[in-house]
Amino acid sequence: MKYIYMDHAATTPTNPDVLKAMLPFFSEKYGNPSSLYSIGQESRTVIEEARGKVAKFIGAKHDEIVFTSGGTESNNFALMGVAWANQKKGNHIVTSSIEHHAIINPCKFLEKRGFKVTYLPVDKYGIVDPDDVKKAITDKTILISIMHANNEIGTIEPIAEIGKVAREKEIIFHTDAVQTVGHIPVNVDELNVDLLSLSAHKFYGPKGAGALYIRKGTKIVPYLYGGDQEKRRRASTENVPGIVGLGKAIELAMQDMEEECKRLASLRNMLIEKILSEVDEVILNGHPTQRLPNNANFSFKYIEGESLILSLDMEGIACSTGSACTSSSLEPSHVLRAIGLPHEIAHGSLRFTLGRSNNEEQIDYVVEKLKKIVNKFRSMSPLYEKK
Amino acid sequence: MRKSEVKMSVYSEKVMDHFRNPRNVGEIENPDGVGKAGNPVCGDIMELYIKVEDEKIVDAKFKTFGCGAAIATSSMVTEMVKGKTIEEALKITNKAVAEALDGLPPIKMHCSVLAEEALKSAIEDYYKKKEEVK
Repeated sequence: MKYIYMDHAATTPTNPDVLKAMLPFFSEKYGNPSSLYSIGQESRTVIEEARGKVAKFIGAKHDEIVFTSGGTESNNFALMGVAWANQKKGNHIVTSSIEHHAIINPCKFLEKRGFKVTYLPVDKYGIVDPDDVKKAITDKTILISIMHANNEIGTIEPIAEIGKVAREKEIIFHTDAVQTVGHIPVNVDELNVDLLSLSAHKFYGPKGAGALYIRKGTKIVPYLYGGDQEKRRRASTENVPGIVGLGKAIELAMQDMEEECKRLASLRNMLIEKILSEVDEVILNGHPTQRLPNNANFSFKYIEGESLILSLDMEGIACSTGSACTSSSLEPSHVLRAIGLPHEIAHGSLRFTLGRSNNEEQIDYVVEKLKKIVNKFRSMSPLYEKK
Repeated sequence: MRKSEVKMSVYSEKVMDHFRNPRNVGEIENPDGVGKAGNPVCGDIMELYIKVEDEKIVDAKFKTFGCGAAIATSSMVTEMVKGKTIEEALKITNKAVAEALDGLPPIKMHCSVLAEEALKSAIEDYYKKKEEVK
C-alpha cells in the first residue's frame, strides 16, 4: 500500500542529495575541525561553508550563526543564555501562550529560579497582538520570545512589528523560526530579531542539527561549556556531517522556495476547500490567510483525534492531532485551548502539514478516506445527533 | 518504520481488532438500563445500553466518543456482559476488561475505568427503572 506522509511539521525525510553530501564526513573525512592537520582543516572548511549558507538564507553575518543540536537546544540556549547574562538588569521575560514546549518548559524552569514570565494570550486565530507585547514590558523585562509561525495551527506571527516594539524598548528579541526557515523568506533585519532558532530536519536536512542566530552585540552566555568551539559560544566537537547536511538542505531550499511555496499553498487550499465543503461540522483552526503555506489544521466536531489518526494510518495516511489522547497529560493541546476551543473540539483536531512528496491525487485520496472515517466515528459518537 | 510495528508498540492486536471492528455499536430501543461515564474535558464519553431478561443481560450496545482505547474497551465490555447475570456483570472490573484486551498502555488504563463505570451506571439505572415499575 502506498504511504501518504502529511506530517512534515513533525519532521521531513532527509533529501538524498543532503545525505550524499553528509556521508563522506562520517567515514573518510572524519577529522576534528579543531585539529591542525589536513583532514581536520577540511572539516573546518566545510563547517564554515555551511555557516555561510545558513547566514545567507536569513540575511545574517557569517559569525552570527552558532551551530547547535537543533531547535530545542537553540531555544534553550536563547532563553537561558539571555536570562543568565542579564539577570542583574532584570528578571522578566515576555512570551506567548502558544509557544512550542521547547520555549514553555525552559520558561517554567526559569520561573522556579526567580524569573517572572508573561505568557501573552492570542486571538482566535492564534495571533499575538504587538500592543499586548508593548503593554507587558516592564523595567525588569530582559527578553521577548515569540515564535515566527506556530507548529500546530500554522499561524504566522507579526514578528517584524513585535521586533519594532522590542527595538524601541531596547529589549532582546528572540524568535523560534523552526517552522519557517527553509519554507518561507526569513530575514533577521526585516524581522527585527536579535536571536533566531532553526532546525535542519524541518526542511529535509538531518535530525540533530540546527543553529541559533545571535545578532552581534547581543548579551548572552553559553548554554554548553567546554572547549573553544563556535568561538566559545557553544562547546562540543562540531557535528560535521549534521552541519554539512544543514548547509546543503538550506541551499536546496533556497533554490526553489518560491515555486514550492506556491505549489504547497495551492495544495493546502485544495485540501481546506474540499474538507470544509465535503464534511459537515468542521472548523479550520488558525488564521485563514496568515498561515504557513503547508499547514491545514481542522477540528472535526463530536469525534476524537487519536481514533482518526489510527484509522488514517490503516489507510496509509500519516498526520497528527492535538488531542490529549496522544499525550500523557490527558490535556488537549495548549495551542488549541489558547485560541479558545472547548476541550471536546480541541480533542477532535487533525493537523496536515504538506511537503515535497505530496500531490493533488493524494489530497483527493485523503479527503475521500477521511470522509468515511469521520462518518464512522460520528455514527458511534454519543455527542453526534444526525441532522 | 513499517505500519504494523508502529501499531504494535502502542496497542495490542486485540485492542486494534476491537478498534477496527467494534462489536455492539449503537443504541437499544427501550433499554432496561442506560449508563454514562466520562466527560469531554479528558476526551472520553461512553454510553452503555443493556437489555435485561430474568436478571440476565441479553443484549448490550454502546456509543463512545474517545480514543482507540476508549472504543476498544467499550466494545470489549459489551461483549463481556452479554449472557451474564446482573450479579456476575457487577463483578467485571476495569482490570478484567483491560486483560481481556491483552493489556492497555499505562496512560490508557483510565479508559478501562470508564468502561467499568459505564457498566455500573447502566446496572444502577436498571435497578432504578425496576423500582419505578413496582
